[in-house]
Amino acid sequence: MAAIDGLSSLVDLENGTISREVFVNEEIYRQEQEQIFARAWLFIGHESQIPNRGDFFISRMGEESVILTRDRRNKIHVFLNTCRHRGMKVCRYDAGNTQTFSCPYHGWTYDIDGRLVGVPNVQEAYDDRFDRSQWGLIEVPQMENYKGSIWATWDKGAPPFLDYIGDYKVYLDTLFDGYDGREGGAEVLDGVHIWRMPCNWKFPATTFGGDAAHAISHRSTLVAAYGPQGEGDRHGARQDAPQTRYEIGMPDLGHGCHIHMHSKDEPYTPTWQTMPNVEDYFRSAWESRQAKMIGNLYFEVGAATVFPNASWASGIRRTMAVWHPHGPQMTEAWRFYLVDKTTPPEARDALRRYHMRYSGPAGMTEQDDMENWNYASAASKGTIARRYPYNYQMRLGVEPVPDVPLPGFVSPILAEQNQRYRFKRWLEFMESPSWDEIYPKAVTAVGRQNGR
Amino acid sequence: MVAEQTRTRDAAIERLLLVCEIEEFLFAEAELLDQHHYSEWLDLFTEDAHYFMPIRRNVKYGEQDRESTSDETDVSWFDEGKGTLAGRVRQLATGYHWAEEPQSRTTHMVTNVQIVDAGPQEVSVRSRFLVYRNRLMDETDFFVGKREDVLRRDGDSWKIARRKILLDQKVLLAKNVTVFF
Repeated sequence: MAAIDGLSSLVDLENGTISREVFVNEEIYRQEQEQIFARAWLFIGHESQIPNRGDFFISRMGEESVILTRDRRNKIHVFLNTCRHRGMKVCRYDAGNTQTFSCPYHGWTYDIDGRLVGVPNVQEAYDDRFDRSQWGLIEVPQMENYKGSIWATWDKGAPPFLDYIGDYKVYLDTLFDGYDGREGGAEVLDGVHIWRMPCNWKFPATTFGGDAAHAISHRSTLVAAYGPQGEGDRHGARQDAPQTRYEIGMPDLGHGCHIHMHSKDEPYTPTWQTMPNVEDYFRSAWESRQAKMIGNLYFEVGAATVFPNASWASGIRRTMAVWHPHGPQMTEAWRFYLVDKTTPPEARDALRRYHMRYSGPAGMTEQDDMENWNYASAASKGTIARRYPYNYQMRLGVEPVPDVPLPGFVSPILAEQNQRYRFKRWLEFMESPSWDEIYPKAVTAVGRQNGR
Repeated sequence: MVAEQTRTRDAAIERLLLVCEIEEFLFAEAELLDQHHYSEWLDLFTEDAHYFMPIRRNVKYGEQDRESTSDETDVSWFDEGKGTLAGRVRQLATGYHWAEEPQSRTTHMVTNVQIVDAGPQEVSVRSRFLVYRNRLMDETDFFVGKREDVLRRDGDSWKIARRKILLDQKVLLAKNVTVFF
């Protein structure tokens, strides 16, 4: 097993190689829980999952269960799902509405805002010296409601969420803004896919973070033909000309995506031909968005990852998938599907069905990903296998595509530049003792100056 | 009195024959799946078939109506018609659907067959399933749960018009679902 202080020798960005230890080593996995998952901003859920006061939804941060709640004063909280007395889960329902969480073990009771409000026999048993105010549910020190999406970090020294995503915001906005370009207004469909995959969490996170080369694994989807209108290509007809497709990596932040860029005067591409009402809805949304566009900037994001483990797509496949570490060789995936609150029922139904046949463990596209991640992990564990690094040399030393007015490092398709940036960021998190080293304050400004 | 007994007995035999017929149909269906005869399996579905596997939820006592996701508004594991099932069958036959290449070994066990309602054209049937999947060297999954079918008469045989599959898992413990139920 590699020693932790030798991490930089495992990630060789100059030569484009990364040791398999990074993906299989148990000590590195344990260290990731401290260095990455206890410090980074993580995706929790969406405010639409807790619309009313008293609502809660159980989510997860890294290896641990958390509760997303909306209190009586309409404030949103994220708590660790564990009783302060002996650690029992205070909530074992998936979601619901409540005034309090009462621990089944010894009866400690917490208000939905996290305050400890009841301890059985407190006066006799604790001699009146018990200070309930010190024993509320453990709450994240920082939480952000970004256009309805809820993010949190366990590190009070982490930079604000908007600095954490930096210039990547323009990409992420295509997930949380409306089909017609309005700001925010999304909601999560009821029903979250949760499943376990025997692979290291970095496989899905890296594939989604802009690995467009893996599309070849989905060749069988052409025959399956289950596009938006119920037939044809899995993505439907869209602008697939290579010159409008790019891979984006954020050199200082580690986020990545691959995108299809659209111009302001580009006409709507028919997508839902067999469903005239749905087609009308999306055509009209497209036209409204074109009218609102400033400059020549709109893109659909085919696949993307916010460092470390929040993967997403936009366009008509608006989903968020979080890859929770569940052991060095196991990942628990949570997949959320988004639509606009104002999307009419017929279009909502078409999207819902498209999501189900495309995505998740029963989805015709992603079943094959899970096979690849599973056996790539398994075949990298061996003593001999670990001696041979993975190859990340595709377009090593590539220059950014000139004259593309987009933030981040813009590579042509195909390249592995965004994956190299991702592992650069991974190394920074793993080696840095505090956020002062991980996140130099001037990072965003410098990025802009460099035309990234 | 004797006539009454005969009628009761005839009705019981009638019912027993129906149970046997339905069981034979469901067992033959399982056989097609385990032998990977997916096109023939697909032919067992009506053109308007609905194939539905909700996600299960952990809910409070008394809120059992919320225990499964809805087929009208929610995301489920499967919620589709024959057209999408046909796409899945085509994908399995490509030889490069890597999640099922090489093919998994499966065994579909169908038990506890109960006729809930028998009309002239349709019967509602409940059953339990245990689907065993083993692939490559040692990868093994068990899918266990309940099915609620509506079967429709089709000449001498039956077609599946509706199938609701209640997998008894909240977190899907298999990495993917490449099997049919």
